[in-house]
Amino acid sequence: MDFIQDEMHQDLINMYREFAENEVKPLAAEIDKTEQFPGETVAAMAEMGLLGIPFPEEYGGTGMDNLSYAQCVEELSKVCAATGVIVSAHTSLCATPIFLFGTEEQKQKYLTPLASGQKLGAFGLTEPSAGTDAAGQKTVAVDKGDHWLINGSKCFITNGGPADIYIVFAMTDKEAGNHGISAFIVEKGFQGFSIGKHEEKMGIRASSTSELVFEDCIVPKENLLGELNKGFKVAMMTLDGGRIGIAAQALGIAEGAIAETTAYVKERKQFGRPLSKFQNTQFELASMQAQTEAAKLLVYQAACAKDNHENYSHLAAMAKLVASENASDVTRRCLQLFGGYGYTREYPMERMMRDAKITEIYEGTSEVQKMVIASWMGVK
Amino acid sequence: MNILVCIKQVPDTTEIKIDPVKKTLIREGVPSIVNTYDTYALENAARIKDQDASTQIVVLSMGPEQAKTALKECLAIAADKAYLVTDRAFGGSDTLATSYILSEAIKKVEELEGYKFDAIFCGKQAIDGDTAQVGPEIAEHLDLPQVTYALEVENSEEGFKVTQQGPENKQIIAVSTPCVITFTQPDFEVRYPTIRRKMAANKAQIPNITAADLEGSIDLTRCGLKGSPTHVKSTFVPVHDSNIQFIEEETLEEAGAKLANILSDEHII
Amino acid sequence: MDAMTKDLWVFVETKEDGSARNVGLELLNPGKELAAKQGGKLVAIIIGNHTEAAISAAGEQDADQIIVVNGEEFAHYNTDAYVNAMEHLIKKYGPTTLLIGATSYGRDLGPRLSCRLKSGLTADCTSLDVNEEGIMEWTRPAFGGNLMATIICPDGRPQIGTVRPGVFKKQPPVENKAEVITEDFHVAQSDIRTKLLEVIQEAAEEIVDLEGAEIIVSGGRGVGGPEGFQPLRELAEALGATVGSSRAAVDNGWIPYAHQVGQTGKTVAPKLYIACGISGAIQHLAGMSGSDYIVAINKDPEAPIFEVANYGIVGNLFEVLPALTAEVKKLKG
Repeated sequence: MDFIQDEMHQDLINMYREFAENEVKPLAAEIDKTEQFPGETVAAMAEMGLLGIPFPEEYGGTGMDNLSYAQCVEELSKVCAATGVIVSAHTSLCATPIFLFGTEEQKQKYLTPLASGQKLGAFGLTEPSAGTDAAGQKTVAVDKGDHWLINGSKCFITNGGPADIYIVFAMTDKEAGNHGISAFIVEKGFQGFSIGKHEEKMGIRASSTSELVFEDCIVPKENLLGELNKGFKVAMMTLDGGRIGIAAQALGIAEGAIAETTAYVKERKQFGRPLSKFQNTQFELASMQAQTEAAKLLVYQAACAKDNHENYSHLAAMAKLVASENASDVTRRCLQLFGGYGYTREYPMERMMRDAKITEIYEGTSEVQKMVIASWMGVK
Repeated sequence: MNILVCIKQVPDTTEIKIDPVKKTLIREGVPSIVNTYDTYALENAARIKDQDASTQIVVLSMGPEQAKTALKECLAIAADKAYLVTDRAFGGSDTLATSYILSEAIKKVEELEGYKFDAIFCGKQAIDGDTAQVGPEIAEHLDLPQVTYALEVENSEEGFKVTQQGPENKQIIAVSTPCVITFTQPDFEVRYPTIRRKMAANKAQIPNITAADLEGSIDLTRCGLKGSPTHVKSTFVPVHDSNIQFIEEETLEEAGAKLANILSDEHII
Repeated sequence: MDAMTKDLWVFVETKEDGSARNVGLELLNPGKELAAKQGGKLVAIIIGNHTEAAISAAGEQDADQIIVVNGEEFAHYNTDAYVNAMEHLIKKYGPTTLLIGATSYGRDLGPRLSCRLKSGLTADCTSLDVNEEGIMEWTRPAFGGNLMATIICPDGRPQIGTVRPGVFKKQPPVENKAEVITEDFHVAQSDIRTKLLEVIQEAAEEIVDLEGAEIIVSGGRGVGGPEGFQPLRELAEALGATVGSSRAAVDNGWIPYAHQVGQTGKTVAPKLYIACGISGAIQHLAGMSGSDYIVAINKDPEAPIFEVANYGIVGNLFEVLPALTAEVKKLKG
């Protein structure tokens, strides 16, 4: 385990934090209320290089690593989890599979604009009847000789709508189950591809979550990502990495909630003294802080393992399981310390609590993480 | 175009607190930042570079070794090169001595870089000292025209057109180059660094300019404490006498009305 | 220096119409006593074009002597012409002390002049004194007003200080007994390296005269947003007051910088200062604690603003202000 906080990482954390505090935090409550996708923030992040952190400079990235990427999502999510997931879905779920499985031509054509932030990315695996059970895909891609013809739909797609480039999974061999899925790169504007219903959500409301609709969608032959019928592997490896991003998001939410609460309990007075003077407050915050630090170690461990090209799938699952459950736990307990004010929209606590919940669900529910971990343990 | 930007590393004065018992400044834990007005100077230089990519931006600071952190921040935002002026002999300098040393260092940087600066940009003042003296004094030492309280600059044929915050109105001043321009807060924001620039800045080696490097041109009797005409005789933390009368009524509306009556009875309004 | 006197000079800055800016006249008031302590005359220095109004105003503020430089090149402030003129006067007459108003022009002139003369300058002073040896003691805020420093300049002459507008007050006019010396001095156009191209006239409502205001109604973080200033404006209108603000409100973009009071904004000393939702950060207090009466309205009873206030209401300003405004209107009939 090697995640020394060297000066470079610390410098970048400071930079992410300054941006998050000054540019992201002031918008968080408003865009939560209006469900407004923060387009200007995304443009500013693109300018700074925040949309291509772990990719090499030759493909428009910054040449930094997954640890710094996780720290970026963490810092953003401390103040606005919706902004955090925009970066996470773009980086982990769209740019990464092209980096890992794409041909040189695909990397030049798609990774470079994604990593440099000119284009935003999304990932379409889930369908109404195929969530955790990816093999239940109903979307189909048919080889038409000089192109692929895709029909079907995807749901709950993060960045769906604002994104320009989509990684889409479809059955290319219906009989073969998991071994009949293939991945495709689909551009916004391809004939037959449209954005369907926009979901209204409990939390991360400013992140766009949409249905993708494919009606005789024409996809060029060269846009098959990875090998034919090997899409399930693309999806699983992509989600392994994505879990680091979501774990970092959950970590950030918990840290943000603790920071807000720590400030609040020093100001808020009951029975003639600040809440911070009561032992219940002290114990609650101390235990939340300790658990959050533990989550942080898991998240950084998984990111570093990925950077060191070690097997990290179980580490990412553990990080996501612990960090997401911690985020829900911490936000709920912090809200309790806020009392009635915490339940109002005057304070960010209710938003943080709503945002936290999704981290236990998307990119593999907590139950899926347990399956991954148990399997790695040989308990099967 | 070649622009030198003078910057200072300062404590973030908005974070400074007073020890309520000892009545002294609590400086521990106060972050060090690039003086905010200097970042406006840097942003204006960056905007010139946006228009003309051949523009060279060099940042210069005087201070201890740790001031390189501030210089690196400037490299991450827009600067191409940085120099630190540092020497024990320069410690204790007031603004006159500081501006003298900086003006000598500027000549040295010009010699090292092999070109002359077309403009020297400074913040209007530093937020710790608030003197607003170093910029105009550098201009005097180097016998250059100066424009202070600049909001933004635009290249023109003869030099710059400077939008200046005058006492009542904004005004546009033409100034020939080379010149010194000091900046106040413009309408636009200072850009953020990019990750790539930040990484390059982190690795950058920043050369020092010491008294020895300036030997032959600098008069050390004009540096440091002995070169400073002004001396700090004493410092103290301001105390405010409190003799407040709180107006407490059943409701805040009644308190508001009561206040109006008190102010009227006391002939304050 | 051709001469060396014990005189104290006050640079009375003029406007384009030749009248004096207030700050120079304000400085003649403490200048009288300081000059007496130093054993010299109080001299007003007036540079400009058609400066008759400024000359008589300085005389009415009890200057013993007025030295005037007139010329077209001085009609609008420019560094080169003014510094050259001041250098000429100082070398000819040798004052021991020079006070300059810390306007944007004063802060442009002061350092350039002191550098040329190799004398010492203390900027933005808030109190002035003379010690037993006849040396000026300049006291000024530093570190955003958190610390006050007393500065001396034992050797360099003249000792120069700039003083912010509003720190001192003009005295009521007295009989003009000043001796007026008109100095024939000119600066060649070729020696003036900057040129005023255009004055951008701002709409009248955008000009905020905080320094001249009798009453200021000021808002801070507690107003919550740009709309939050509306009840303050209504109170200001009822009182004939000017609206001010803290740095927090300006930094958040709720109100333009021209309204900012404090260390990095304007220093004000009105008769009444009503602080609404202003916590009273030290940099704010540095700009307004000289007000005759201070009223603070704030939700937080521990807010430092209450330490400088004469009257305080703890509570939501949006509940207090409308009632206060209504009552003011009633009292004023």
